[in-house]
Amino acid sequence: MYCPKKEIQKGLAVVIPFAILLFIFVYGFIGWSFKVSLSAWDGVIPNMKKVGFSNYVELFHSRRFNMDLWNTLFFTVLFMMICVVGGFILAYLLYSGLKAEGLFRTIYMYPLSISFIVSGVIWKWILTPSEGINKLFQMMGFNATFGWYTSTGHIGHYNVALISLVIAASWQYLGYTMAMFLAGLRGIPTQIVESAMIDGAGEFRIIRNVLLPQLKPITFSALIVLGHISLKIFDLVYAMTGAGPKFVTDFPGLYMFETTFRGNHYAEGAAISIIMLLLVALVVVPYLVSTFRKED
Amino acid sequence: MIHQNKIKIFFKYFFSILFALLFIFPLLVLINTSIKPFANVSLSTMWVWEKHPTFVNYGEAARKLLPNLLNSFKLVIPVCFFSILIGSINGYFFSKFKFKGSNILFALIIFGMFIPYQSILIPLVQTLNRTKLYGKMIGLILTHTIYGLPISTLMFRNYYAEIPDELVEAGMLDSLDIWGVYRKLIIPISIPTVVVVLIWQFTSVWNDFLFAVVITQDPLVQPITVALQNLSGSQIVAWNTVMAGALLASLPTLFVYIVFGEYFVQGLLAGSVKG
Repeated sequence: MYCPKKEIQKGLAVVIPFAILLFIFVYGFIGWSFKVSLSAWDGVIPNMKKVGFSNYVELFHSRRFNMDLWNTLFFTVLFMMICVVGGFILAYLLYSGLKAEGLFRTIYMYPLSISFIVSGVIWKWILTPSEGINKLFQMMGFNATFGWYTSTGHIGHYNVALISLVIAASWQYLGYTMAMFLAGLRGIPTQIVESAMIDGAGEFRIIRNVLLPQLKPITFSALIVLGHISLKIFDLVYAMTGAGPKFVTDFPGLYMFETTFRGNHYAEGAAISIIMLLLVALVVVPYLVSTFRKED
Repeated sequence: MIHQNKIKIFFKYFFSILFALLFIFPLLVLINTSIKPFANVSLSTMWVWEKHPTFVNYGEAARKLLPNLLNSFKLVIPVCFFSILIGSINGYFFSKFKFKGSNILFALIIFGMFIPYQSILIPLVQTLNRTKLYGKMIGLILTHTIYGLPISTLMFRNYYAEIPDELVEAGMLDSLDIWGVYRKLIIPISIPTVVVVLIWQFTSVWNDFLFAVVITQDPLVQPITVALQNLSGSQIVAWNTVMAGALLASLPTLFVYIVFGEYFVQGLLAGSVKG
């Protein structure tokens, strides 16, 4: 759009102050956190004496932080898989023309509107090992004694207790991927589907050869969003399980909060937060770059 | 659309209903526990549908949580107002006026909505301390307003990008300046996105826990999520009260979701940048 330079300057005069404020609070503060992460600040009183990257080295040698990274990895993979596969199934069910579609959609998506604290409270209650869902299974005659989030069992680096958090988080976010996929399916021109039908393709072939390829970009966006949610996860874990026995349900976000604001280990907390930021940036920056390149 | 036989249709309904039950199940547990009289809340009766429902727990939960529910409203309303105002101004500018580096500037703004807030918390607390805003509602309002700017800017920009450039150009030929066009031509057609941003910010600020738990220590200032977490974490409070509280804490956002479902979904989809 053509616009005289003078008008753009008038526009900038209003927008730039907000941008500066935001940049201070985002990039300025990130820089500040990074500086803290290189300091010896360990206690209530700030101590900005420089110690290089020793806080990072300590973290990578600590059992708790290593556990956190493994937990993040397994949680992220399971959470993404369930949300993408389940979200597609739900979207397809709605897409293929159910009566009362609006009602089903409302039911699948309502957990998105409540807070992680509330869902943490509910699922903590449902999965209480002694009396929760185990009891329900026992009443049905099964011998259910699974420890859920208190279980310290593990398979390799995968802690069994994580499944409880995966269930709660997926319950809450399945509706999100469903909405993404449903919007994507509705955006596919009907002629493509119809011509495949005329060619005699069955339902599964249409899904595999026609619908799924069209949903690739949407799947990619959904994975980015789910990925950055799971890398940052905090509220749900805090409300539902905490760090758990032997840190089986610990995550970087929780570790950072506890060590900084409960333990006053500021430099250590800052180092964790910078690692979290780098992990998120690794996922998000390429996505933003590709998105805005396309727009140019 | 796709040809379906009766067996397929049966299975589609079967699975849709099965999934729906799985989604509703936690809500039923919540409600069932919240209406149990104290004597019946021993865990072993959790799976028995309550035959003598009582609303005593709601009274108890409301007595404990009502001030915090009000705090949440005091927090959410100003944040929504400022998010809409500033987001719309920014979104208008970035959607219609390109200059050298405007895309990079915009991408840098958008990145702010993806960062883990842990990475700014320590400086944030120090800054709020120095400006005497720490622990106060106004500090929390300011925090949410600032960190909500990327998403509200993005939502408005995506909406305004759909409006033909000719509208803005015609306004400018008509001797309006850039902000005159905004006031006279853009604001009147902004209502749909105002609703989307309003609902989005209402829900995400209402449900926030991290900023609230870090910035507010005083129970008289704490919003509902923090108060609910404290309630559920204390050993002396009965589960049925906690469950009643959890439902009370969720009612405002559930209400908004059920009444404005379409707008809620639009906001959700806009969150994935491409919109």
